[in-house]
Amino acid sequence: MLELHDVNSYYGKAHILSDLGFSVGRGQVVALLGRNGAGKTTTMKSVMQLVRPRSGEIRFDGTSLVGLPSHKVARLGLGYVPEERRIFSDLTILENLEVGRQPRRQGAPNWKVETLFELFPNLWERRHNRGKALSGGEQQMLTIARTLMGNPKLLLLDEPSEGIAPVIVEQMAHTIVRLKQEGLTVIISEQNLHFARMVADRAVIIEGGEKKFDGSFPELEAQPEIRDAYLSV
Amino acid sequence: MGLFVAQILTGLANAAALFLVASGLSLIFGVTRIVNFAHGSLYMLGAYVGVTLMAALPGHFGFWGSILLSGLIVGLIGVVIEICVLRPVYRAPELFQLVATFGVILVIQDLALMVWGAEDRLGPRAPGLTSVVRILGEPVPQYDLALIAITPFILFALWWLITRTRIGILVRAATQDREMVGALGVNQAWLFTGVFFLGSALAGLGGAIQLPKGGADLLMDLNIISAVFVVVVIGGMGSVTGAFLASVLISVLNVFGVAYLPQSTLVLMYVVMAIVLLIRPYGLFGREEKAGEHGQVGEPDRPVRPFGTLGRALTGLLLLALALLPVFGSSFSQVLVIDILIFCLFAASLQFILSTGGLVSFGHAVFYGAGAYVAALLITYADTPMEVAFLLAPISAGLIALVVGWFCIRLSGVYFAMLTLAFSQLGWSLVFQWNEVTGGDDGLVNIWPSAWLSGTTSYYYFTLVFVTAGILFLRHVVHSPFGYALRATRDSARQAEATGIDVRRVQWIGFALAGAIAGVAGALFVFSKGSVFPNEMQISKSFDALIVVFLGGVKTLSGGVVGATFLEGVKDWLIRLEYWRLIMGLLIICVVIIAPDGIVGTLRKVADRIGLGRQEEASR
Repeated sequence: MLELHDVNSYYGKAHILSDLGFSVGRGQVVALLGRNGAGKTTTMKSVMQLVRPRSGEIRFDGTSLVGLPSHKVARLGLGYVPEERRIFSDLTILENLEVGRQPRRQGAPNWKVETLFELFPNLWERRHNRGKALSGGEQQMLTIARTLMGNPKLLLLDEPSEGIAPVIVEQMAHTIVRLKQEGLTVIISEQNLHFARMVADRAVIIEGGEKKFDGSFPELEAQPEIRDAYLSV
Repeated sequence: MGLFVAQILTGLANAAALFLVASGLSLIFGVTRIVNFAHGSLYMLGAYVGVTLMAALPGHFGFWGSILLSGLIVGLIGVVIEICVLRPVYRAPELFQLVATFGVILVIQDLALMVWGAEDRLGPRAPGLTSVVRILGEPVPQYDLALIAITPFILFALWWLITRTRIGILVRAATQDREMVGALGVNQAWLFTGVFFLGSALAGLGGAIQLPKGGADLLMDLNIISAVFVVVVIGGMGSVTGAFLASVLISVLNVFGVAYLPQSTLVLMYVVMAIVLLIRPYGLFGREEKAGEHGQVGEPDRPVRPFGTLGRALTGLLLLALALLPVFGSSFSQVLVIDILIFCLFAASLQFILSTGGLVSFGHAVFYGAGAYVAALLITYADTPMEVAFLLAPISAGLIALVVGWFCIRLSGVYFAMLTLAFSQLGWSLVFQWNEVTGGDDGLVNIWPSAWLSGTTSYYYFTLVFVTAGILFLRHVVHSPFGYALRATRDSARQAEATGIDVRRVQWIGFALAGAIAGVAGALFVFSKGSVFPNEMQISKSFDALIVVFLGGVKTLSGGVVGATFLEGVKDWLIRLEYWRLIMGLLIICVVIIAPDGIVGTLRKVADRIGLGRQEEASR
């Protein structure tokens, strides 16, 4: 469904991703693992064309994404949930959801405000509150809900477990499993191996912008040296 | 009592057009973060288009239809401006965008002159609303009452659009985080264009709707723009409700000002603005601005370093050529070069605070004017010897900058710029309207230097010495520990604070220093001309300096000098052409889009490419 081939991305002169390539099949949940600065966020931003890869190819359902403006990438059915959440703090929860709303899409689950409030009951009670009045966990839920309003086929979740309370992390894991059941393809970036194992089918480990491992979790456990070298446990 | 009510009604009616224009500007700023100086030009276009349409379309339907059509047409003109001029510069630093809109002002001025001619047009009266109504015995024009009735509907419509519609929600979201809105699948480029259309259309409506009360002339663009900025700043940038309240406040105040304090009408507006900003730094309904919040931090500057051998040799040659000018050149050429030198020093002082301090001042001319006026007043009223007056002028300019700076440096970004503009307007209206002391529009004359400097050549050398010393001094300051501290406050105020730099104090001193040097330029000016008039303090003087610094290149001190030389040199033959503004405006827009580093920056890049700059770096 999503394929990356030899992607090279830069921030100014800094070479962040070098010849990165992996693919994600329909309905899969893939965990992108790696330390801080390994290039996980840049990978996601490169897919969304928020960072323009200097070379390489990124295809989504056969369509090349490289060079498209971000809003066109989103309209193809890619939903991006940024690590910093970036909710609109002066807008209410309902208004935040409205910004994300896009027409319903063939081959993707169709979300409505009501179904999202079922998925995230806490948001319902605070639907008229402004984004800045929400807690970290609520903001994280809102940003996922906002992206789901676009009815994406593939969801890019950047470090969803970061900076939120353990109870909410667990809730988040359930939510991701539920999204998978709905038929959504998901890529999550994580530093937390435990969390990744709970939700993902497969792990891709990157370090210094290069792919170091691509396989299932049992395979990863069979090679503890990889885990020790590239992940902080 | 009747008169009082009638005055309030007049004020409310005047508020209608002001509110339309100001809400348009506020909307555009809120979303695009561009301070559109050309907004007054769109208002002017609305008036001209309206006059033309009203002449062609008769009757009730024709009159009101013309107003709506004017809004639509001006909105479309705004779209053209947005696509051609502003789209390429959305990512550029604020100053570049401002300068681009200055360019648009000049272009529209000359285009309007071409199409409608220089003669003022009187607006037609509104059919069916030509007479007056007596309220408590006082006559109130029917059209005024119509305007008062219409304005709340417009306010409500805008409020509804912004808070209740999907477009309004998207617009508000884009104000906060454009990139994220795009990543959610919204084409933000068209969202911006849409907002620009709406804002421009409001300005056009404002221009057309005031026609029965005024008319159309070529000065109305600059005449309204300062009032509009005052309104938007008082109301809070981006707030339509704020724009409404502030328009009413300013318009009513103006009517009473004209009636009871005719000497202070101009000052009053700025005093109110200064007071509001002191109490609420971001306006009545404004949101606090954080530097860099909108991703407009420019690319990092290259570190400043002393001139290499080449630079020193070139500077030396230039100075030698200047020193030898009286030997070869006519006295006319000396007078010309004196003008250029003075402008160079003025521009360099602005460049210093703008680039090293990162404080974009819109009112730098007030310190230049202060230097000139202090010297002139001392000579006129106290018979001070020229030398003493020349010494006291920059000191006073520096002290004034110290006072102005105390108020201004509490703000940053656009609000800082606006407050400096307000203070400069305050200074200008003071000298313009305080006839008894400053001579008002007639200025102060007979301000000549002492006998030993009375010859053109001796004054030429006097100017050369002080300008060179002033520029070298500024250069020295940039490289001193104080200069490093100042740059630290520019690059990251928080980081600087954490390193133990007293950010406000450093900026304050830097601001005062720039003011004092501008005062030197002003004092040099007044003795070279023998007179001074209020226009030396006007907005356009501050803008000239900004344009010059920008044309030359913002990042180097030599940029100000080169830009000033270029502009003063070019102006002399350019203003002989009928449509010089058009050429100048297009030139500015081209520079903004094609060579945003200015003359010096571009030369430097070229030098780097052919290897000149690198060698210098390597030799160190």
